[in-house]
Amino acid sequence: MEKVAMNGDQVIALAWKQIDPDVVAAYPITPQTIIVEAFSEFVADGLVNTEYVCAESEHSAMSMCIGASAAGARTATATASAGLAFMWEMLYIASGMRLPIVMAVANRALSGPINIHCDHSDAMGARDSGWVQIFGENVQEAYDNTIMAFRIAEHMDIRLPTMTCLDGFIVTHSLERFEPLPDETVKKFVGEFKYKRSLLDVKNPTTFGPFDWTDYYFEHKYQQVDAMRHVIPVINQVQDDFAKVSGRRYSIIEPYRLDDADYAVVAMGSTAGTLKDIVDELRAEGKKVGSIKLRLFRPFPAQELAKTLEGLKGVAILDRAVSIGASGPLFPEVRSALYEAKDKPKLKNYIYGLGGRDIKPEELKHVYKQLIYNEGETVNFLGVRA
Amino acid sequence: MPGEKAGELPEGGMILEAGSSRKYNTGDWRSMRPVCDESKCTNCLICWIYCPDNSIIVKEGKRVGFKLTHCKGCGICANQCPVKCIKMVEEGV
Repeated sequence: MEKVAMNGDQVIALAWKQIDPDVVAAYPITPQTIIVEAFSEFVADGLVNTEYVCAESEHSAMSMCIGASAAGARTATATASAGLAFMWEMLYIASGMRLPIVMAVANRALSGPINIHCDHSDAMGARDSGWVQIFGENVQEAYDNTIMAFRIAEHMDIRLPTMTCLDGFIVTHSLERFEPLPDETVKKFVGEFKYKRSLLDVKNPTTFGPFDWTDYYFEHKYQQVDAMRHVIPVINQVQDDFAKVSGRRYSIIEPYRLDDADYAVVAMGSTAGTLKDIVDELRAEGKKVGSIKLRLFRPFPAQELAKTLEGLKGVAILDRAVSIGASGPLFPEVRSALYEAKDKPKLKNYIYGLGGRDIKPEELKHVYKQLIYNEGETVNFLGVRA
Repeated sequence: MPGEKAGELPEGGMILEAGSSRKYNTGDWRSMRPVCDESKCTNCLICWIYCPDNSIIVKEGKRVGFKLTHCKGCGICANQCPVKCIKMVEEGV
């Protein structure tokens, strides 16, 4: 189809319009607001059949999504930052009840101090909530990930809620050329929603979310762990199927110019795009460098990542979040993934871009330089006045 | 401890049948047991209204006993009884 210029939020609303979910319950919060605002217009104009509920809070929005999904409705929502934090309790209930809700998260810093700009603190904090977490680089991925997320969450081997993350403002509010798919292609790709049991099916009465004592809770948590094990093969399949209808091929880990590289930088979200330009510049200078875009954070593709990084001399892990008192949250996972590797690269952590602080090309070049000359600490802060 | 493995259970803790709480003997939790002084009971059935576990057995409009398989010993019946004919006694160890 013809390319059009839209921002990351608008394309998610467009994807929802094409998918026409049964229920959307949401509460607006910057930088996600455009998604629900644009979608509410589609509802008002009668372009979708969705039951749209403007909730009084994110806690309520997710609660409504849980009820709707348990009733057997294809359900979507969106949030950011404090909104995701306010959903906290309900995130675990959605995954614990195995409800395939799809949610867009416009990554934004958590207060305080109050800040509305991009970092990954919100999504990183939800890493243990049992949701699948996919990170997109740009507007095109924000759209494509939304469409693929329904197939992933709703897959009968998984039935886990899925969040698609996009960098607040950098992707949500930037106009980019992107290529939508025809409505029919999207509808066919996503398919009809199927439920396992429905609250509204009175012939097969079902209790959802009952009290779970010491004798069963652990088994139900183990079921979630086991379902997560099925996610990577399903995502690989969905990405393959998506390539067939769109011509766009995605992987959970996307290496860039890595084949003969000695040094590489790993990033999630929009910074992975900037990195490719830096790699091109350094390659032109004869440096053997590459980069890795990590598209999947939960489940964490430890084996796949270890295989990708093994044999490199040095790898920097960029974290757009900090676990205060430890390191960036991505770093220890990568380091742990490489523990058993035979040919381990030297690993460094760079915490950057908190509260929307720009990440500049020269700063990324500095990271490569530190890798090459083995400078800097294990955990470093990039772009902070310290 | 029940024997089902994680893979054998309905996912997400769903309960696939109605009325299954009948099978769960919450009476096992009890440390105090309700005992009724039949001479004082007026069969007002306020205990029956208040019992959260449907454990007041009523036949032909009269309170005839306590369903000890499900009575948790919460004491609400004794507390609500207007003539104070129900007493909570220690089950003992």
